[in-house]
Amino acid sequence: MDLMEYQAKTVFAKHGVRTTVGEVVTTPEEARAAAEKIGGRVVVKAQVKTGGRGKAGGVKLASSPDEAEEKAREILGLDIKGHVVKILNIVPAAAIAEEYYFSFLVDRANRNYLCIASAAGGMEIEEVAHTNPEAVAKISIDPATGVDEAKAREIAVAAKYPEDVLDAVVPEIVKLYDVFIAEDASLVEVNPLVKLADGNVEALDGKVTLDENADFRHPEHAEFEDIAAADPLEAAAKAKGLNYVKLDGSVGIIGNGAGLVMSTLDVVAYAGEEFGGVKPANFLDIGGGASAEVMANGLEIIISDAQVESVFVNVFGGITACDAVANGIVQAFELLASRDEHVTKPLVVRLDGNNAEEGRRILDEAGLAGLERVDTMDGAAKRAAELAAK
Amino acid sequence: MSIFLTKDSKVIVQGMTGSEGTKHTTRMLASGTNIVGGVNPRKAGQSQDFDGKLVPVFGTVADAVKETGANVSVIFVPPKFTKDAVLEAIEAAVPLVVVITEGVPVHDTAAFFAAAQASGTTRIIGPNCPGIITPGESNAGIIPADIAGQGRIGLVSKSGTLTYQMMYELRDFGFSTAIGIGGDPIIGTTHIDALQAFQDDPDTDAIVMIGEIGGDAEERAAAFIKENVTKPVVGYVAGFTAPEGKTMGHAGAIVSGSSGTAAAKQEALEAVGVKVGKTPTETANLMREIMQSLTK
Repeated sequence: MDLMEYQAKTVFAKHGVRTTVGEVVTTPEEARAAAEKIGGRVVVKAQVKTGGRGKAGGVKLASSPDEAEEKAREILGLDIKGHVVKILNIVPAAAIAEEYYFSFLVDRANRNYLCIASAAGGMEIEEVAHTNPEAVAKISIDPATGVDEAKAREIAVAAKYPEDVLDAVVPEIVKLYDVFIAEDASLVEVNPLVKLADGNVEALDGKVTLDENADFRHPEHAEFEDIAAADPLEAAAKAKGLNYVKLDGSVGIIGNGAGLVMSTLDVVAYAGEEFGGVKPANFLDIGGGASAEVMANGLEIIISDAQVESVFVNVFGGITACDAVANGIVQAFELLASRDEHVTKPLVVRLDGNNAEEGRRILDEAGLAGLERVDTMDGAAKRAAELAAK
Repeated sequence: MSIFLTKDSKVIVQGMTGSEGTKHTTRMLASGTNIVGGVNPRKAGQSQDFDGKLVPVFGTVADAVKETGANVSVIFVPPKFTKDAVLEAIEAAVPLVVVITEGVPVHDTAAFFAAAQASGTTRIIGPNCPGIITPGESNAGIIPADIAGQGRIGLVSKSGTLTYQMMYELRDFGFSTAIGIGGDPIIGTTHIDALQAFQDDPDTDAIVMIGEIGGDAEERAAAFIKENVTKPVVGYVAGFTAPEGKTMGHAGAIVSGSSGTAAAKQEALEAVGVKVGKTPTETANLMREIMQSLTK
């Protein structure tokens, strides 16, 4: 889960990282009140989970409460790379002397942690790495030993942070590592990390990605969840414990296993090319078990998607045998009928693997309306795409 | 021969007495795996009955290893306890630890992987994986043993069900070993590790490699194949239609900006001569052609 800037800064502050959380507002009037409370010049910052806010006009300086209200009115509702601004962070304008870049992240390639740091801050780090690679330091971190003061100093020197900020920046680096580990973050990024006119070092911005696998030890992270911003179907699926991602197409997909479902989306998109560019409507992994209830819940989510024109159920019977899956589908139809919901879209089912023959027989005998059986994955994808195009 | 797992493997199960552990221990035993014990501190000294076969339960991994000479541990404990379970197996110097558990925090995996590296004795497979099977010899994990038998194809995959699907498609040829390495950001055994082992295995003639979006493991595997693998390799990559910034089921399956895309992975593999199928079936057919040309 990605955090918004003010949430990231709240987490930083919790671990003693020097930062200014400021005020969080959702209306121009609140922005004015916040500016009055802070006093002096303020910065009005759009809170969206994407980069490039500044360029998109999502960060503006205001020298009075009047101006803060005006800027807030301009920024609220702005569409920044598909993210509509609903929340603003109002902070006092800082007296910035220098800007740096800093981050900790999980290094998938080396299977440890990586620190990326540079004295060239404020811009996109990928751009700096491209135009001036020597300005970007990449330091490997051993999870067994972590980051103590000595390691933090090594990082600061490698990043070519000026000598006169070393004493101020080293403790901030140690605290940012504390955020990375203690909060179970897979990314902690500060851009810019700034040297203020008074010599202090402060995190002026923050980007944090939390590892949802670690939610069990962080009940407090639930408050960061942006339920309002989530797609309503995704929210409904999550409430039912389903692994669902909404996409733009018209073929609803249900499958078992993340890899097989991803593959199913691709195969449907390939097949759809023949039918004027039919695409998958969603990712939905019902897992290895594929019980009747899970199947019913999955079908319910998919048929409530108005964009869906056909449904493709793609199951490989591995641990769960296909006869159990077939029974699950039959019961799912009954369960949905009992909830007064009916599958009105054509359904293409492909069952293969363990006990496939028996599973197919069960489906054939049940004679469910609108259900077609196709024995191969590629053939079934083609049929589902064809039905969606009709 | 085979890779990592043979008929001589002596397997213990951490979490054997739990529901998933019990279910899959039953299946592993039925497929001929030599399961020599389970671990549960609260049930030490007891034994568990699997359709008439009594399997002893030990209080610690160290005890189980001492008593049975176990050299493989399969882990089914919940995510909360996975790190400690793996660390215990590493401390007991178990050479192969297969972590089936899904949902392990990445910092926990980073910690136990670092410990395994430091130990110099333990290889980890997973977490969040279906495990490893050497058909007809041993099965450490949850891959259904009845999909395909022994043969001369090696299979390495990030995905469980795509492993099953590919084994099913190529069941007429069979497999030396099939290994599901898992789809988490940090995994104990990579495509490269498996490719190296299959290259060195005299009983493997050709290799199927299944990847998916996220990270650059497939790109690195491509570079490795170019320098080190002389056996034919066929590839498949899942996730061409995945949108940017969305996690697709597996914790590591995410396209970030322009990195980790399926197209980039396919391109990297094709650039080193690996044939990449558009669908699992097409991929299986590419391997079929290779196997047929090899047996001629």
